[in-house]
Amino acid sequence: MTPPYVALDVEIPSDVRQIEPIVALVTDHCKTLHLPKRQCSLNIPVALSEALSNAIIRGNHEDPRKHVRLRATVSDRALVFDVVDEGAGFDMATASRDPTTPQEIDSEEGRGVFLMHQLMDRVEQFQSPQHVIRLTLNR
Amino acid sequence: MSFTLKKEGDVVVVDVEGQLIVGNRQELKQKVLDDLEKGERKFLIDFAQTGYIDSSGLGVLVSLSKKIREHGGELRLADLNDDLQTLFELTKLDTLFQISETRERALEGF
Repeated sequence: MTPPYVALDVEIPSDVRQIEPIVALVTDHCKTLHLPKRQCSLNIPVALSEALSNAIIRGNHEDPRKHVRLRATVSDRALVFDVVDEGAGFDMATASRDPTTPQEIDSEEGRGVFLMHQLMDRVEQFQSPQHVIRLTLNR
Repeated sequence: MSFTLKKEGDVVVVDVEGQLIVGNRQELKQKVLDDLEKGERKFLIDFAQTGYIDSSGLGVLVSLSKKIREHGGELRLADLNDDLQTLFELTKLDTLFQISETRERALEGF
């Protein structure tokens, strides 16, 4: 059994244009882990984009002086992504409302947290001491 | 990532190369709205060369569809790969859009 290791630990400025290159870095690394193809092409890129987007827009309000940290830990059992912002967090319950209902289906917003939950095995939010969204994908 | 718009008959076909995400969704929105403003009414977005779409990208498709309908037009989608098809099914947006397997099939009878 391989002990868990930190595969990536980076800080990016609060600019949504930074999301795509970071996600590409992660998915490139995922391909070396022999994960099911869909996890590298759908689950990880979309869920991670959502978490980074939330951190940059909701957490740091796109303030260029603030940063978002991404730490990816790999073990034999799971991939864990910690996305850390400098904000106060947000109401996950409100953001988790079902966007597939007839009332919400044609809304432009409100699918981000839902997709994280659909595409990851676990989504957690906590302060440690900064605001963290932790995504866990079992292998 | 890039968006290419070209006319095929009376349909504006948009090719999405790369990702459709929070960082570039406004560019797609503006390009389609500019053509809508110029009088175009039929739009087809072809995802044959698309990687992944995030919630912002999905949101902009919903928004564009509504705008185009308000002007008496229609937005259709085509060429979703298995991952994108799954994404539309998870969000039930497959019930909101007319989605065709290929560009040719989408253009038929548009």
